[in-house]
Amino acid sequence: MDKQRRKFLKIAGVTALAGLSAPAVIKLTSSPALASSETPGEAAGHAAPAEAHGAEGHGAEQAAHTGVRLGMLIDMRKLYGRPDLMDKATAACHKVHNVPHIENKKNEIKWLWHAPFENVFPEHSSYHESKVTAENDFMVLCNHCDEPPCVRVCPTKATFRDEKTGIVAMDFHRCIGCRFCMMGCPYGARSFNWMDPRPYIKEYNADFPTRMRGVVEKCNFCGERLALGQEPACVEAVKEVGAFVFGDLNDPNSEIRQRLDQDHTIQRKPSLGTKPSVFYIV
Amino acid sequence: MIEKALKGNSNYWMWLAFLTAFIAVGAICYLRQFFLGMYLTGMGRDLSWGLYISQFTFLVGVAAGGLMLVLPYYVHNYKVFGRITILGEFLAIGALVMCLMFIMADIGQPLRGLNMILHPTPNSMLFWDMCVLLGYLGLNVICGWVILTAERKQVKPPKWVYIFVYISIPFAVSIHTVTAMLYCGLPGRHFWLSAITAPRFLASAFAAGPALIVIACLIMKRVAHFDAGKEAINKLTTIIMYAALINAFFVCMEFFVGYYSNIPGHMHSLQYLFFGLEHNGHVYNNLVPFMWSSVLLCFGGLGLFAYMKIANVYSDLMVGVGCAAVFIALWLDKGLGFVMGGLVVNPLEEIVEYYPTANEIGITLGIWATGFLLVTVLYKIAVGVEHEVEA
Repeated sequence: MDKQRRKFLKIAGVTALAGLSAPAVIKLTSSPALASSETPGEAAGHAAPAEAHGAEGHGAEQAAHTGVRLGMLIDMRKLYGRPDLMDKATAACHKVHNVPHIENKKNEIKWLWHAPFENVFPEHSSYHESKVTAENDFMVLCNHCDEPPCVRVCPTKATFRDEKTGIVAMDFHRCIGCRFCMMGCPYGARSFNWMDPRPYIKEYNADFPTRMRGVVEKCNFCGERLALGQEPACVEAVKEVGAFVFGDLNDPNSEIRQRLDQDHTIQRKPSLGTKPSVFYIV
Repeated sequence: MIEKALKGNSNYWMWLAFLTAFIAVGAICYLRQFFLGMYLTGMGRDLSWGLYISQFTFLVGVAAGGLMLVLPYYVHNYKVFGRITILGEFLAIGALVMCLMFIMADIGQPLRGLNMILHPTPNSMLFWDMCVLLGYLGLNVICGWVILTAERKQVKPPKWVYIFVYISIPFAVSIHTVTAMLYCGLPGRHFWLSAITAPRFLASAFAAGPALIVIACLIMKRVAHFDAGKEAINKLTTIIMYAALINAFFVCMEFFVGYYSNIPGHMHSLQYLFFGLEHNGHVYNNLVPFMWSSVLLCFGGLGLFAYMKIANVYSDLMVGVGCAAVFIALWLDKGLGFVMGGLVVNPLEEIVEYYPTANEIGITLGIWATGFLLVTVLYKIAVGVEHEVEA
């Protein structure tokens, strides 16, 4: 009797163990794990911008092959002496994305903001900087890196690089709030919701989800607006001076590529091998 | 065997009640954090890891430190550690439970914790850390319990358990290596981006873990008539000395690389930790007293041990003081300095200092108390079994 019980317990234990580990094994062995785990809504959201940018309205399938890599060129020359324009871009971005306005620097959330040269480009010398460099702020946002460290470190694939657009996106519903991505990001682009953000949203935009506390968020290159054929909010906000150029870095005929061919540009911390998709003319 | 933990003298119960008080406060603090949000901590946008993660890191080391008893006993057949090996295994259980609690306290959406398993991500070091921590916990529970049960029945432990014992040896190394990999693979975090991080973690772990075990042995000698034996204690202090010296050597190497290369990013954190970092006319030096205390305690403890060995004297008090000094020194070094020093300069090269809040400290103390309670109960069982066998 006792022996049988022991045998039963052994078998039961092994079975339970196998059962528990099975999902992990299956997940690990199924190759398109990322694609399969996306909800239909998200998948559609990501496919759409690819369509919008694959010049002749290619399907998502072809866009993936041609490898769209969305990027941004910030022509700072057009923003010098115009902090109002930078604030306008920030305001547009934060309004569209329901970014809460939290005064306390410790708890603040920001997707797009501006800071002095020495902070934005600490790897570049700011010793004897020019008057223009010293007196102006520079725009800061997520670099949507081609080799994003945040994606590498995320333990749940809550942040991922969308292969169809090159956008580094977030799944707010999967994020467990470990903030490892904030450690991995060498650009300080990510914010964590230390408090419930909803009471701090000034003007609620019903077209974009609000977040709950305990998750990380950042610039998403306006993936949701691209899906509707619109430009990113910041690009649109300062259209009057054309400070932001947005487009496919892999398409030699795109406006951004032509502008990149024209002028010398710099990137933030290029030595780290993250391959940022945001370029600056300073 | 659990019944052994239910019988004790009044001191035992007083101690448990004392710990429970901290646990209760910690639980209330945690409920506040759970329902109100993590803004109740001192962490923020720039310093987004704090006390929880640093305690986690330190305690992984304490858990791995048990290796310094298991390895000599099982691999080198060093019989002197026979009585205390179980203490290393049980300490690892307590430390790992604390680690897991600190992780749960640290994440913003604890109810989604299972996403780690539902969406396993092998490129994340956190995934592997979870694997090795849970694995090491399981191994220690199995090994500790089976071997203690066998001892109680006065039979040899079953052969199969040795497989787990031997697997647990590389696992002990792996838990702290993978924990170091959480830090040392991040671009742009200069202080952590050092190949010596993992070896340094291991060295300090192999000093801190045994130091805590020695202190526990000395306490149990007084209160529970459990004598680990002078030879075992002496050998442990030797191990602690070597490990702490290697750790100090590694820290010196960090200093050399930083200051000789003269690369600002590599010097900033060390400068902040030991001398104060000047930025825009303000000197940031919160942790300087802690770090120099760490240095003094470490070398004080080592000096005491060295004196004991050279003069050939032995007293429980000296051993206890030495171990406590080394343990506190390493806690200051890894449980405070490593994480906070590494984060003080944010990616935009702004300097933000960290002040843990009362609520955060309450949770931290509560988790430490939980670990101490668990270790007390497990040690009570282990000692109870020893007494039963001797009787």
